[in-house]
Amino acid sequence: MSLSLAAAIPRTTGRWVCSLSATRQRLFHSAATTRAAAATSQHLQPKQDYSQYGKTFDKILIANRGEIACRVIRTAKKMGIKTVAIHSDADVNSLHVQLADEAVNVGPAPTSQSYLNMPNILKAIKDTGAQAVHPGYGFLSENAAFVKALDEVGVTFIGPSEDAMAAMGDKIQSKIIAKESKVNIIPGFNGVVRDVDHALEISREIGYPVMLKASAGGGGKGMRIAWNDDEVKEGFKIAKTESMASFGDDRLLIEKFIDNPRHIEIQIISDKHGNTLYLPERECSIQRRNQKVIEEAPSTHIDEATRKAMGEQAVMLAKHVKYSSAGTVEFLVDSARNFYFLEMNTRLQVEHPITEYITGMDLVEQMIRVAANQKLVPKQEDIKINGWAIESRVYAEDPEKYLPSIGRLSKYIEPRSTKGQNEVRCDSGIVEGSEISIYYDPMICKLCTHGATREEAIENMKRALDSYVIKGVTHNIPLLREVVSHDRFGSGKYSTKFLAEEYPTGFKGHSPNATSLSQLASMTGLMHAKRELRNWAWGKGREALLKEDLQGKAPNSWELFIGVQGVDEKVPVKVHRTGRATNGEDEFEIQTPGLAPFTTSAHWPLESPLITNKFDNGEEVTLQYLDTLPLGFRVQHLGTKFDITINNPAQHALSKFMPIKEKASTTNMILSPMPGSVVSVDVKVGDVVAEGTAVATIEAMKMANVLRSVRAGTVKSVKVKAGDSVAGDELLIEFEEEVKEPKTEKK
Amino acid sequence: MFRLSTVLASRAAMASATRRALPALATSARHYAIGKTALSAENDVVAKIDGKRQESLMGGGLKRIETQHKKADAGSFREYDAFVEHQCVDFGMDKQKITGDGVVTGHGTINGRRVFLFSQDFTAFGGSLSKTHAQKICKIMDKALLVGAPVLGLNDSGGARIQEGVESLAGYADIFLKNVMSSGVVPQISLIMGPCAGGAVYSPALTDFTFMVRDTSYLFVTGPDVVKTVTKEEVTQEELGGAKAHTVKSGVAHNAFENDVEALQRLRDFVDFLPLSNKEPAPVRYTDDPSTREDDSLNQIVPVDSTKAYDIKDVITRLVDDSQFFEIMPDYAKNIVIGFGRMGGRTVSIIANQPLVSSGVLDINSSVKAARFVRFADAFNIPILTLVDVPGFLPGTAQEHNGIIRHGAKLLYAYAEATVPKVTVITRKAYGGAYDVMSSKHLRGDLNYAWPTAEIAVMGAKGAVEIIFRSSSDRATAEKDYISKFANPLPAAQRGYIDDVIEPSTTRRRIIEDLEMLRTKKQENPKRKHGNIPL
Repeated sequence: MSLSLAAAIPRTTGRWVCSLSATRQRLFHSAATTRAAAATSQHLQPKQDYSQYGKTFDKILIANRGEIACRVIRTAKKMGIKTVAIHSDADVNSLHVQLADEAVNVGPAPTSQSYLNMPNILKAIKDTGAQAVHPGYGFLSENAAFVKALDEVGVTFIGPSEDAMAAMGDKIQSKIIAKESKVNIIPGFNGVVRDVDHALEISREIGYPVMLKASAGGGGKGMRIAWNDDEVKEGFKIAKTESMASFGDDRLLIEKFIDNPRHIEIQIISDKHGNTLYLPERECSIQRRNQKVIEEAPSTHIDEATRKAMGEQAVMLAKHVKYSSAGTVEFLVDSARNFYFLEMNTRLQVEHPITEYITGMDLVEQMIRVAANQKLVPKQEDIKINGWAIESRVYAEDPEKYLPSIGRLSKYIEPRSTKGQNEVRCDSGIVEGSEISIYYDPMICKLCTHGATREEAIENMKRALDSYVIKGVTHNIPLLREVVSHDRFGSGKYSTKFLAEEYPTGFKGHSPNATSLSQLASMTGLMHAKRELRNWAWGKGREALLKEDLQGKAPNSWELFIGVQGVDEKVPVKVHRTGRATNGEDEFEIQTPGLAPFTTSAHWPLESPLITNKFDNGEEVTLQYLDTLPLGFRVQHLGTKFDITINNPAQHALSKFMPIKEKASTTNMILSPMPGSVVSVDVKVGDVVAEGTAVATIEAMKMANVLRSVRAGTVKSVKVKAGDSVAGDELLIEFEEEVKEPKTEKK
Repeated sequence: MFRLSTVLASRAAMASATRRALPALATSARHYAIGKTALSAENDVVAKIDGKRQESLMGGGLKRIETQHKKADAGSFREYDAFVEHQCVDFGMDKQKITGDGVVTGHGTINGRRVFLFSQDFTAFGGSLSKTHAQKICKIMDKALLVGAPVLGLNDSGGARIQEGVESLAGYADIFLKNVMSSGVVPQISLIMGPCAGGAVYSPALTDFTFMVRDTSYLFVTGPDVVKTVTKEEVTQEELGGAKAHTVKSGVAHNAFENDVEALQRLRDFVDFLPLSNKEPAPVRYTDDPSTREDDSLNQIVPVDSTKAYDIKDVITRLVDDSQFFEIMPDYAKNIVIGFGRMGGRTVSIIANQPLVSSGVLDINSSVKAARFVRFADAFNIPILTLVDVPGFLPGTAQEHNGIIRHGAKLLYAYAEATVPKVTVITRKAYGGAYDVMSSKHLRGDLNYAWPTAEIAVMGAKGAVEIIFRSSSDRATAEKDYISKFANPLPAAQRGYIDDVIEPSTTRRRIIEDLEMLRTKKQENPKRKHGNIPL
């Protein structure tokens, strides 16, 4: 990229434009196909009337990345506010950068040097003249020092005041405040535990079971459950050590442990004039290792009286600390609907869209308005529950091993609302071709669906998950799809232990039942037949498919033996081309054991990523075609990937003679691909790495070659260090044989 | 062909198993009986013919037949010379005859297009090549040349029929000669399905593509026993000449497949890319993938940091129809990627530097790999799409002493000589001599494009500045100057060496339009016996 040229031309949305002359840019824009062009054309639209939002800000900076940055930018645009994105070196082409009016590079890829780099962010604010900062969630969103720094330069923080944030940030202090506010708190000791004896004394007083947890903690670190004295003695030591290691603070607190708890939280929004509203609850009990997986609003567990009681307590707490902006009060709720204060999050929560879905309120808009000193317009009595909403957190991670996955999204198609009811909302910050990197949270998207009833919202979620195409990284859709179709989830009777109880040995993927197996086989059989016909279509255009001799010579019926990964028996499928529909598409009749023979016109284009068929029982099944295999396809069915082998009778007869081979073990060694020098070694002995993790960088031919692990594993030995010269094929890093789960947890 | 294990001893058990499998081939063209029509004539003769046919069917050749059927469209296979028996009388061979003599030959169609095939049978005399065996193969090779259709060989031969002596050697030479005469006229493909040793390896080597079956096929001039005697080296068949050795190390084989069934299916897929002969244009097949499809993600595929790698196969699969790319030699010299895809339905050959492996540098192996592929494409009228991201030729004694000059020249020669449509896209680096080599304008590239990320220069800025400003103190400024001058596509575009700087997302559409325009391209090299490529 030409530096001088790039400097001469104002920053545009796509990097590729930078080095070209203005004429070239005009030419490209005339094509009006790129997002860059689309963004430009937006500015040409007639000026909108933003007066309904009142006076807020002219320009805000979004101190975040990914989906939440995109989400804030969208609301800001709606309100006529100019936006400034910040980004790291790695995110220069990210969607949030493209969506914003301006973008500032705040540092290298690691978050500590970019998205957490306060001096650089403050400089960006100054340079761009942003009047306010929306922090999103994570990063600096709950950093009181950042709020203070903004206050000092007269820039508005779109969030609570420094005092309120600091008050609620510490778990011990927030409990004390909650008690003062007359909020139900879990019976427990609200001070620092002195020693083991003190811990025992407190535990006996509260009554077992009790929980020991880190005062500064979160995410399950430094947490221990004790059912008796011995376990308190043991747990105290471990929790203290873990707490010190994780947070640099070994203060512990002890509280009553709630059996079969449900995690239910209340969203509040307050202005700076003493008004606070509570919104209907969100249930976030589907968790694994204290990470929320699926959320819904409202909760099946909460009645109107409880809702009101929880809401009013949340408001009391907020008023007590003079809270302003959006916040969330988390409660644990037991089976008798007793609820206890857990903590307060002084930021916009990840799962806020489901609350927006059922209330119709734009929480970011409200945050911006109250930050600009406006009074809240809606009254408590205006808050109604409209239908039901569910959120699935789609992560780039292996749902069986919970290992994060990185890579480029080679195919990425988000699900859309198909009913014209805006029933699918996909909050993401990525597009096809984006890279999921090691530096940031591996969340791909927050997929939310809405319905008039809970059942409808669940059905919409199933359809959305089935038609969500993500290729290039491993993702957790198999697990999400399994949970939303789980009977217990359907009944609404679940707790935070749902995943641990239903999948005690871990989630192992979906196993098709007899009907879904037949559906899968018949649809892949149809794909095969359609493809075989295409293989005879020599020539250009659709005429090739319709040619006379094609109909004469090409096969008309197929007897297929379809092998589904994980299923021993092959499914015999007969496909017969029965004729041509008036639109020129072929019609097929398909016979599969367990299914009534059915006729379909197979209207989808060949090789299309989504294939839908409506079966005679009224069931509409969506299949994702992911890849071609030598003898079949790789497809995704009900969230899970399957390798499908398709044999004709001859191949079927011969396949039993094929040797069964052991799966080749991937190498335990990482070798230098060419002579060069070691720039960095990114792992050390004992590290557990995921497949595709960068383990070392070798520079050769003035190019940095990043070496990645070909599988998950533990590093056994590292043979080189940065600065070493290496020969081609020299051993650099060796892995242990076995595969372990990584010990680190995501925040 | 459907070996239960690599152990030859289990072959007998297998043969009987395959016999049970035969009825599965209900549409077998070999189930017609001439006996029915000729019954009124000579009953004796008819009975004898029928008997022989049965022998031919049930003899060692049986499993080959099935294979043939499976490879050609069901029912389309026509066998020749099923009655042939060897003429050898020495060493008691006159008492040992297997009808068909260890090879099945004939023709059939693959997705409606004619191909000629032969398939050797290890169960008949170890697939060894006799005079008559060779004659059968030569017969179909002649026919293929006559009508202009590819020859597919399924090789499973232990070598020469030693009992026949020089007759067998003559048979080999006959085949070799026909291989050479057919070269560049009809595509020739070998699929190695069992152990092939000695003379049996050279016919595959002369064909255009050699594929293997993993764990059950081997190619070597001399087997492990001889190796041990001569060099004292102990080596297994697999290590010496298995699919891994030839697809990763030697580059003898162009790809390997998991098992026989898979290999035959992939061979069918492969043949679909090829024209039947050099008289035909590259085949066009219907596709639902729109020619005008644009791909925004290509605009971001080249990393901002010019030292960072990316996978060129991500680019290729986004350009071609339906993301279907048939890669050739995927495990050999991975710093260059070659293979076939379709664009707008038409077969194109793709040659691309792979930044992911050794920065996409050109070295001996990658030059030779790509050069042979360019020549095949040129011989068979398949347009060439070249994607360039090359930092240069690999320096070092290992390369120089092994002749990078000579081998690199092969690729240069092949590109310069090629007269088929040549479209080139420089995605990032095009440095030094490697820029010239990779289908540049100067070597008669028909359309040469650059993405905005392209850098076309003699070398990287740092190296260049070190030479130009050897004595200068302010190298940093000089480097900046050099980058702004050359690390972009404008200088080349201003000189017409690049026809246009294109938005990456539009690349597919541009190439398809260009290939349509170039369909009628006619270019001839000076008349000569043949050029002298630096072999």
